Amino acid sequence: MIPISYFLVLSILLFILGVAAFFIKRDLITMFMAVEVMLSAANLAFIALAKAANSIDGQIIVFFIITVAAAEATVGLAIILLVFRHKKSIKSEDIKLMKG
Amino acid sequence: MTEIFWLIPFIPAISTFVLVVFGRNLPKKYVSYQACLAVFASFIISVISFIGLLKTPHEHYPIVKNLFSWISSGNFDVSLSLQFDPLTAVMAMVVSGVGFIIHVYSVGYMAKDNGYTRYFTYLNLFTFAMLILVMASNLVLMFVGWEGVGLCSYLLIGFWYEKHSAANAGKKAFIVNRIGDAAFLLGIFFIFIHIGSGEFTAINEAISGGAITQGLATLIAILLFIGAIGKSAQIPLYVWLPDAMEGPTPVSALIHAATMVTAGVYMVARMNLLYAFSGTAALLVGVVGAVTAIFAATMALTQNDIKRVLAYSTISQIGYMFIACGVGAYAAGMFHLFTHAFFKSLLFLAAGSVMHALSGELNMQKMGGLRKYLPITYPTFLIGAIAIAGVPFFSGFFSKDAILTQAFAQRQYFIWALGITCAVLTAFYMFRIIFLTFYGKERLDPEVKKHIHESPRVMTIPLMILAFFSIVAGYIGLPVVIGEKLNWFRTFLKPVIPEAHEAHISMGMEWLLILISVAVAFIGIYIAYIFYIRSPQIPHNLVTRFPFVYKLLFNKYYVDEFYNAAFVNSTVKGSEIIYDHFDLKVIDGAVNGTATTTGFLGKILSYFQSGLIKDYAIVFLIGAILFLAYLLF
Repeated sequence: MIPISYFLVLSILLFILGVAAFFIKRDLITMFMAVEVMLSAANLAFIALAKAANSIDGQIIVFFIITVAAAEATVGLAIILLVFRHKKSIKSEDIKLMKG
Repeated sequence: MTEIFWLIPFIPAISTFVLVVFGRNLPKKYVSYQACLAVFASFIISVISFIGLLKTPHEHYPIVKNLFSWISSGNFDVSLSLQFDPLTAVMAMVVSGVGFIIHVYSVGYMAKDNGYTRYFTYLNLFTFAMLILVMASNLVLMFVGWEGVGLCSYLLIGFWYEKHSAANAGKKAFIVNRIGDAAFLLGIFFIFIHIGSGEFTAINEAISGGAITQGLATLIAILLFIGAIGKSAQIPLYVWLPDAMEGPTPVSALIHAATMVTAGVYMVARMNLLYAFSGTAALLVGVVGAVTAIFAATMALTQNDIKRVLAYSTISQIGYMFIACGVGAYAAGMFHLFTHAFFKSLLFLAAGSVMHALSGELNMQKMGGLRKYLPITYPTFLIGAIAIAGVPFFSGFFSKDAILTQAFAQRQYFIWALGITCAVLTAFYMFRIIFLTFYGKERLDPEVKKHIHESPRVMTIPLMILAFFSIVAGYIGLPVVIGEKLNWFRTFLKPVIPEAHEAHISMGMEWLLILISVAVAFIGIYIAYIFYIRSPQIPHNLVTRFPFVYKLLFNKYYVDEFYNAAFVNSTVKGSEIIYDHFDLKVIDGAVNGTATTTGFLGKILSYFQSGLIKDYAIVFLIGAILFLAYLLF
C-alpha cells in the first residue's frame, strides 16, 4: 500500500510543472498542454483523496473534469487553429487585440 | 334600443385605428368612404338611441353603460363608463350629424391635398374624442375627451405645418388651452377630494344633498369654468380661435364652430346644479359671456379676412350661450348651441366654397359681385347669415330670442342690453360679409377671375342640407308666447335641466322683447346696406373721422400684442435666462461631469487590460496563491 502522501506530492509536482510550463512556453499549443497537465494533477489528487477517504464523490468529480477537459480541448484547439489561420502565428504575445 | 348607444364613439375610433395602421396603402376613394360612413354609422346609432330614449321613462335617466373599471386605488375609483340622457343625445346627434355632413364636404374640399388620409384620420379621431367628451358619465373620462379634442384641434390647425403661421397657430391654441385645462383639472381634484366621485349622478346628488358648502361650490364652479373659457374661447383666453382659422375650412366649421368650442357650454349645462347652487359662479359665467359677446362682435366689424370675421362671430355667439347659462337658462343655451352648430358650420363651409372658387382668396376687399358666379354658395350663405342675424322664422332668431328673453326675465338688464347691442353688431357684420363678397363691384384679381367656378356637388349638397336645418332647426324650440307646449326642446331636456331655473314674464312683455330683437336684426342689416351698398363712402369717412377707434378695432384691441409683451415675451426671456444659467451650467455640468469622471476612471482601469493571456494568468495565479494562503494560515 503506497501512502497517500506520495500521490499528493506527485500531484503537486505535476501541478507546479504545469504552471511553470504555462508561463515559460510561448506557443499556445504548449500552454494548452500545460493546462491539461494541471487538470490531470488535480484529478490525481482527487482520486487519491477519494480512495483514502473511502468515498466515491471524488471519483465522480474526476469524471466531470475529464468530460469538461475533453470538451474544452476541442473548443480550445479549434480556436487555436482559427487563430493560426488568421494570424499565421500561435505565439501568445501576438494575440493581444482585446485590450483597453 | 338605447343599449347600443355605447357603440357611438367607438366606430370612429376603429376607423381611426384602421387609417393609422393601413392608411398609407389605402386608395383615396376607400378612405373617404370609410371615414364618412364611420361617422354616419355613429349618427344612425345616435338617432336610434335617441328614439329609444324617448320611449324610456324619465326615472331611468341617465342610461349608464359601465364598460370597465379604469382606475381603482383605495377609495379612488374611476370607471370607463358612458351615459346617455337628453343632453348627451342632443350633443351626440349634433356632433355625429354635423360631423358627417362636414366629412362629406371635406371629400370635395381636400380632394387635391397631399395629406388626404392624414386629414381624415385626424377628423375621425376628433369625432371619437368629441363623442367621448359628451358621452362620458364622469368628469375624468370627460377630461380625456376634453384633451382629445384639444389634441385634434392642434393637429388640424397645424395641418399645413409647412406653413409657419399654421404651425404657430396650432401651438398657440394648444398652449392657451393648457391654461384653462390646468384650472379644469384642479376643479376635478376638488370634486374628488370633497365629493369622492367624479360621476355626474354622484356630484348632482352631493350638491342637492348639501354635501358641499356654497363657497366650495363657487370655487369648483369657477375652476371648471376657467377650463370652459379656454376651450370655448372666451375672454381672456379667446386669442387662439381667430388664429385657428389657419387650418382647413371644414375643420374650422366642425371643430372651431359647431362642436369643440361649444364643449364649455355643454360642460356648464351638464353641471347646471353646481352653477345654480353657486350664484357667484353663475353671475361670472353670464358676465364673461356678455362681455365676450360684445367684445368679439366689435372686433368682427373691421376684419377683412372672411374666416376671421366668422371666427369672431363664433366667439361672440358662444358668449350668448354663456349668457344663457349665467342667467340659469341652460336649455336656451343648449338650444343656441344646437342651432348655432347648423348655421355657423354652414357659414364656414360656404366661406370655404367661396375660397375654393377664388383659388384660396380670403380677403373680402378682393371679392365682390360673386352672386352670379356662385349660384348655390350664395343663397346658402345668405340663409346662414339671416339665421345668425336673428331674422324671424330662421333658427337663430328663436334661440337668440330665448336667451335674451331669459336674461331680461332674470332681471339681468345689463347683460340683456349687451346682448341686444351685440345682436345689432351681429346682423351688421354678417351682412357686411354678404355685401362685400356677393354684391357690389367685382374687385377680383384678373388671374383669380379666370379660374372662378362653383364647387362640385359633393360640397354644395352638404351646404344645402345645412341650409335646410338652419331654417327649420329653430322650430323645435318655439317661444313660450306662441305656445307653452311648443318648446319641445326644453321639455326634452327637462330631466337633466330642471325648469326651476327659468323665470317667466308677462305675455305682453315677451312680445315686446321679441319685437325688439326683430327690430335690432333689421337695424343691423339696414346699416350694413347703407354702408356697403347705398353709400360705400360712409365707412371710409368714418375711418378718417375716427382713426383711433378704427385702428383699435382693426388691430383687435392690441390684445395679442399685450399678451405677447406681458406673458409670452417674459416667459421666453425667463426661459432663456434659466437655460443659460441653470440648464447649461448646472444640469449640463452635472451630466458632463459624470461622463468625464467615468471616462477618467475607465482610462486608469484600462491600463490593466493588456490583452496578453499571460498577464491575466499571473493575476489569476497570484489571486489563487493569496486565497490558498488565506485558507491555510
